[in-house]
Amino acid sequence: MESFFIYIAMFLCFLVMLALYRGVAGPTVLDRIISISAIGTKTTIILVLMGFIYKRGDMFLDIALAYALLNFIATIAAAKFFRSKKSIVPGEQCSINNGEE
Amino acid sequence: MLILSIIFIVIGVFFFTTATIGLLRFPDFYTRMHATGKGDTLGAFLILAGLALYNLHHGFSVDAILVSIKILFIALFIFIANPTATHAITKAGLDCSVKPWEKKESSK
Repeated sequence: MESFFIYIAMFLCFLVMLALYRGVAGPTVLDRIISISAIGTKTTIILVLMGFIYKRGDMFLDIALAYALLNFIATIAAAKFFRSKKSIVPGEQCSINNGEE
Repeated sequence: MLILSIIFIVIGVFFFTTATIGLLRFPDFYTRMHATGKGDTLGAFLILAGLALYNLHHGFSVDAILVSIKILFIALFIFIANPTATHAITKAGLDCSVKPWEKKESSK
């Protein structure tokens, strides 16, 4: 059963690599924020799986809970920053459709 | 109980895979949000539920029940926090007036 957990954790690491492509090559800033949020969710699951692989479940569960909290706070902070700035392009003001307004 | 936890974990990994493929392949920011916001939440909940079931298959001692309750707390937190983060990012995109993607032929 531990080898099954190891295979699942390796596959989730592969999915993290795939999601990191969107974080590097995303066209806008919000795509990168989505990618980091998805990577954080997968990392939480990988931490819980590592707790089961090393048979130290109670210790790794606290780390996973702290990581989930930090991921949530980081996403909310980035979203509030770009929402108050009213522009996702640095140094400009609403450059996505400035032909309309 | 072991078979049930394996089934839960495999279905959760399937939802994670579809969420990541949607994140890579969809054309727009809103549609990528649509893929990851639901797929990641359901996949994380299914994998954590499967792990909580696996933790109880040795027997219902106090330590095992406490660890399973902690895993379910993480699942409950992800189930609340992930849609909230999705809503916040989508609201940020809407306030920055990002235009939704449209198909080229249908707009003409």
